[in-house]
Amino acid sequence: MRKIRVVIAKPGLDGHDRGAKVIARALRDAGMEVIYTGLRQTPEQIAAAALQEDADVIGLSILSGAHMHVCPRLMELLREKGLDDVLVLVGGIIPDVDIPKLREMGVKGIFLPGSPMQAIIDYINGNVRPIAEQV
Amino acid sequence: MTPKPVESASAVADRPKERARTFTTISGRPINQLYTREDIAALEYDRDLADPGQFPYTRGIHPTGYRGKLWTMRQFAGFGTPEETNERYKTLLAAGGTGLSVAFDLPTLMGRDPDHPLSLGEVGKCGVNITSLADMERLFEGITLGDITTSMTINSPAPMIFAMYLVVAEKQGADWSKLSGTIQNDILKEFIAQKEYIFPPRPSMRLITDIFAFCSKEVPKWNTISVSGYHIREAGSTSLQELAFTLRDGIEYVQYGIDAGLDVDDFVPRISFFFNSHSDFFEEIAKFRAARKIWATVMKERFGAKSERSWKLRFHTQTAGVSLTAQQPYNNVVRTALQAMAAVLGGTNSLHTNSLDEALALPTAEAATLALRTQQIIAAETGVTNMVDPLGGSYFVERLTLDMEKGAYEYFDAIDRLGGMVEAIEHGFPMREIGEASYRFQQEFEAGRKQIVGVNAYVETDEAPIPILYIDDSAAETQLARLEDLKKTRDNDRVARSLDALRAAARGKDNTMYPLLECVRAYATIGEMCDALRETWGEWEEEPLI
Repeated sequence: MRKIRVVIAKPGLDGHDRGAKVIARALRDAGMEVIYTGLRQTPEQIAAAALQEDADVIGLSILSGAHMHVCPRLMELLREKGLDDVLVLVGGIIPDVDIPKLREMGVKGIFLPGSPMQAIIDYINGNVRPIAEQV
Repeated sequence: MTPKPVESASAVADRPKERARTFTTISGRPINQLYTREDIAALEYDRDLADPGQFPYTRGIHPTGYRGKLWTMRQFAGFGTPEETNERYKTLLAAGGTGLSVAFDLPTLMGRDPDHPLSLGEVGKCGVNITSLADMERLFEGITLGDITTSMTINSPAPMIFAMYLVVAEKQGADWSKLSGTIQNDILKEFIAQKEYIFPPRPSMRLITDIFAFCSKEVPKWNTISVSGYHIREAGSTSLQELAFTLRDGIEYVQYGIDAGLDVDDFVPRISFFFNSHSDFFEEIAKFRAARKIWATVMKERFGAKSERSWKLRFHTQTAGVSLTAQQPYNNVVRTALQAMAAVLGGTNSLHTNSLDEALALPTAEAATLALRTQQIIAAETGVTNMVDPLGGSYFVERLTLDMEKGAYEYFDAIDRLGGMVEAIEHGFPMREIGEASYRFQQEFEAGRKQIVGVNAYVETDEAPIPILYIDDSAAETQLARLEDLKKTRDNDRVARSLDALRAAARGKDNTMYPLLECVRAYATIGEMCDALRETWGEWEEEPLI
């Protein structure tokens, strides 16, 4: 059984990467294969990384308020590349009013500040494709 | 002094049961059950503490503490268009705020114009957007720069933003030699923690020494740099790492200034500091006290500074944004109040208190006012301002202060061995140390050994939402339209000439501030000015490490 492959990315201009790095390590320690893209990634770069890395999951860390611009573009690119089965998660500062809009465009998991790592690990384990194939 | 009796095995077994096997600070520092005079047996009052206002200033830089003058209540604010932020400033000044503090948006912080692809969705979101001098004029409309002090949180493009501020002041008829305020201008912590860097470390350091030289001549009362631990802490460092890396950054700036031919006592008095005040109360207080002592000692002994003004560490504090929770957001008021109290007991010279809603969004006006009131209550009602350094002499606080000092010098040695902070950054040393600490805390939290109320303790499942400030895209639209208009109406030949002069200075050794002032007067944009330097110096990219 291959490991779950996760691309962790920080889109936009923000450089606050504590959350992205902590979650990347936590997922790795939970047995997943984690690719951290580093800072200032455009949606195009993130989609390309997901394709190249054969990702099961994309985790975006966004604290700056740019999520309503970054997410629609990324979801569109994933569809174009036939990657619509990739589980997309967003962590960061997301106002309540944006949550239904993000879900509607296909962002599955939304994790606000203070989310326990274990909740994210459990969510990925419970929702990602290889697990469905296992059972 | 009575020696401590050695406990027998049966005595250990009989010891009253405690809630945990070990007790540690939020930074993981082990804490004993009790501190006694033995813990400070090595402490010598005159050498290690001295009265407030006396070297090494452990107890404070002013003999009168807050009896003489309260700290400056400086609330960081900025969002949307310059006009929206200008209105917020007028509200804060009317509410009794005593200084302004400008928060810029990410495009401004990264030296990008609103029409750059990476600015998508970022214009006006985390702060105010400033593209050219025209925006700076709007930001301070109706505010007399000669009458207030302004702190500007700007780093990579600090010279450009500072030049804009100076030109606004010039147009208002203010005398530069009387202007006072601060630019953060601390690039080292950007490489270490916040990652808002543009140029590689060495040309970035040159911009800073250019500002030192420019200000000592032209704007002598301006604080040229605010060496910042705040962001290092927010990135997940321990309290000690914040202290050590920040002061070692300060040492690096002083060394580069001296290497650039400046006299230590000419520019060091204009260096100030900026610390975080996190939740572990006494550890923070010890950190502030140790910081003053270390800086005074290092300036005197390592650099031979002769002026008392070079020895005195002045600092701004902000309560810990990273400690705020989206869950049960009203709890954040309590956290912030306690953190602010630690900053005051540590003798801060200036303070920003965070708003309760900042884990969710930028603060509403009501939340920002409540945050300011928190400081005012500490100042007016608690009585902690009636005496200087009330915790001086506490066995625990003094022991912790000594321990923080020792730990900081150990980090200094490690960084000196690498060749200095620039070299340590090039090796990724501070970033790795912080990454480890940050992950360690997260594991402690996940295991429940560190509790955060409302998150992994006393959790509520059904929480009512609170009102938050929602920033739409109208600021981006306004700023984009203005940029387009500006490029049509300004003298573009003058802009091109001024940018050429900037490139020439960057390639050579001339101070970059003078050509930057000309670029600003010609209404060159922040993106154009930074691009001119990007072309000359290249851009920094870090290796993504996890």
